[in-house]
Amino acid sequence: MNEPIIQLKHISKQFGTVIALRGISTEIYAGEVTCLLGDNGAGKSTLIKILSGFHRPTEGEYLFQGKPTSFASPREALAAGIATVYQDLAMVPLMSIWRNFFLGSEPEIGRGPFRRYDIAFAKRTVKEELGKMGIFIRDPEQPVGTMSGGERQSLAIARAVYHGAKVLILDEPTAALGVKQAGVVLKYVVQAKARGLGVIFISHNPHHAFVVGDRFVILRRGRIYGAWHKEGLDRDVLVRAMSGSEELDALKHELDEFARRDVQK
Amino acid sequence: MLAKTDDDRRISVGLFRKVVASPEIGALVGAAVVFVFFSLISPDVFPNIVGLSRVLDPAATLGIMAVAVGLLMIGGEFDLSSGVMTGTTGLLVGLLAVHAGINLWVAIVTSFAFAMLVGFVNGYMVVKTKLPSFIITLATFFVFRGVNVGVTRLVTNQVRVAGIDTIPGFELARTLFDTEFQFAGATFRTSLIWWIVIALIASWILLRTKVGSWIFAVGGNPDAARASGVPVKAVKIGLFMTTAGAAWLVGMMTAFRLRSALSSQGVGQEFVFIIAAVIGGCRLTGGYGSVIGASIGAMIFGITRVGITFAGWDTDWFFSFLGIMLLVAVLLNTYTQKKAAEVHTPKAPPEPEPARSHPETPS
Ligand SMILES: Nc1ncnc2c1ncn2[C@@H]1O[C@H](COP(=O)(O)OP(=O)(O)OP(=O)(O)O)[C@@H](O)[C@H]1O
Ligand SMILES: [Mg+2]
Repeated sequence: MNEPIIQLKHISKQFGTVIALRGISTEIYAGEVTCLLGDNGAGKSTLIKILSGFHRPTEGEYLFQGKPTSFASPREALAAGIATVYQDLAMVPLMSIWRNFFLGSEPEIGRGPFRRYDIAFAKRTVKEELGKMGIFIRDPEQPVGTMSGGERQSLAIARAVYHGAKVLILDEPTAALGVKQAGVVLKYVVQAKARGLGVIFISHNPHHAFVVGDRFVILRRGRIYGAWHKEGLDRDVLVRAMSGSEELDALKHELDEFARRDVQK
Repeated sequence: MLAKTDDDRRISVGLFRKVVASPEIGALVGAAVVFVFFSLISPDVFPNIVGLSRVLDPAATLGIMAVAVGLLMIGGEFDLSSGVMTGTTGLLVGLLAVHAGINLWVAIVTSFAFAMLVGFVNGYMVVKTKLPSFIITLATFFVFRGVNVGVTRLVTNQVRVAGIDTIPGFELARTLFDTEFQFAGATFRTSLIWWIVIALIASWILLRTKVGSWIFAVGGNPDAARASGVPVKAVKIGLFMTTAGAAWLVGMMTAFRLRSALSSQGVGQEFVFIIAAVIGGCRLTGGYGSVIGASIGAMIFGITRVGITFAGWDTDWFFSFLGIMLLVAVLLNTYTQKKAAEVHTPKAPPEPEPARSHPETPS
């Protein structure tokens, strides 16, 4: 691990009066899975939206492959090889599966004014790529809005994996998925890492994070709370750090209390 | 009855339901209904080639606008200045060529450049301010409504620019934009050819190119489109410029056909364009629709207008008729769009499903 593929220096992001991120400095390495962890509202999604060119940082420096970068749009970040599965902005519901899969990077055939969408290729590819995830679609013409939540999320992941060249960002990719599909996603994460991609993986599930993660960065209220390497890290320590140990202890106490009362009844 | 496919949860969708789900179907049915209706009322004059040529005359210029406005609506925006721009562009050519003595072709190109600029400004203001395009283009509409009359009166002391047919090059320009030709014993106009060509190209772009996908996406979910790498602002600005370009073309057709440009030309037409697009299945909130549908919407308009004249009714009723048709179309299209979703999500699954997303989970 020599030079990080992404380096952030004192990144801050403000939405009006809300300070979502302050002074974030961290690195993402190629061939490594960086898990971004933290409570609801900690700023994880905001941070990855800066990485993916969706937001511009209010302050701070963003270096991509060692060079200072300022992506004006997700299109530029995608062109640089950063593909993202967003938590909240996934798809165009009225549009077909194949159009959504290739939206923004459409395969084309033909020359000059006859340049056109390679629809046959798109339909074939989307069926294959979803099939690899264990999702068998009825018809690539189907509007995405009529898919189930998990199928939609699988589609978003398959799309990012297909298009991501250097960095793959997954914001809570396993949240809506069944056990089998979640397993497939974790396998994809490991495969992408093996291909030398830098992977950023956001999850509230410490088990998923612990299985695939190499580095763990915890955000709390817009700041970096800590960063650890997997070596020598205990799962319980991670779980405690993720939820804040006091809160977890309080929660455990509360649950024990409930259990005790149930037994007494 | 189940057809065997690679997914046994899929029921084969009948051709009928696929047709019901296409955005144009409402307009097609509507066109057939009004055609039969007026054919029954005026069986001698209406359902023949001459009647058709009469219908296609107003339908052509309206159809060109409906195609552009339909694309813009699919892209999630409105342009209320599209009507008045058909007047502004014609007036500009008249003022430049007749009153400033500029070469006709230079005037035509200048007018086009001006239309592009207005389209760009409309689009730029919409994407920058993020205000509804309804409001932004309402402002543009009123600005030009005033400018059209004000400037024309200032220069000509009249409310029209006359004498366009005295300019050298007029005949060629008229031939290019809007002249009569005979076909199968009836008189048609070149605007009809423009309309057919434009509708086919626009439909090809919408359904067969990446830009078409981008148009559906920016109307369907602009944030997701941007996140996927679609240049949302450029697409929207491009659509406003396309609409202004169509208004320029129709402005040229009108000015060369009438041999003069009226300062009130096009005012009020913007709603007719929108109505044609809506009747044609374009969703008011964007993301769904068809330019062929919008063209059929323009046909319905032509049939109704000519049908009412042939029937000998007072033409004042035309607008009421259009209003009723709009209402019926919106109801019908809402129904078709619901059906479109149902085609893909059959109500009754063919067999009881086991827990399908995680089959190996013991329950
Ligand atoms: N566009 C926005 N405008 C205003 N405030 C925002 C915006 N986006 C995020 N925020 C605020 O920034 C903070 C961080 O939000 P963010 O979505 O990054 O949290 P998160 O860590 O992803 O949470 P979760 O685990 O629930 O997804 C929140 O307080 C949120 O309200
Ligand atoms: Mg989030």
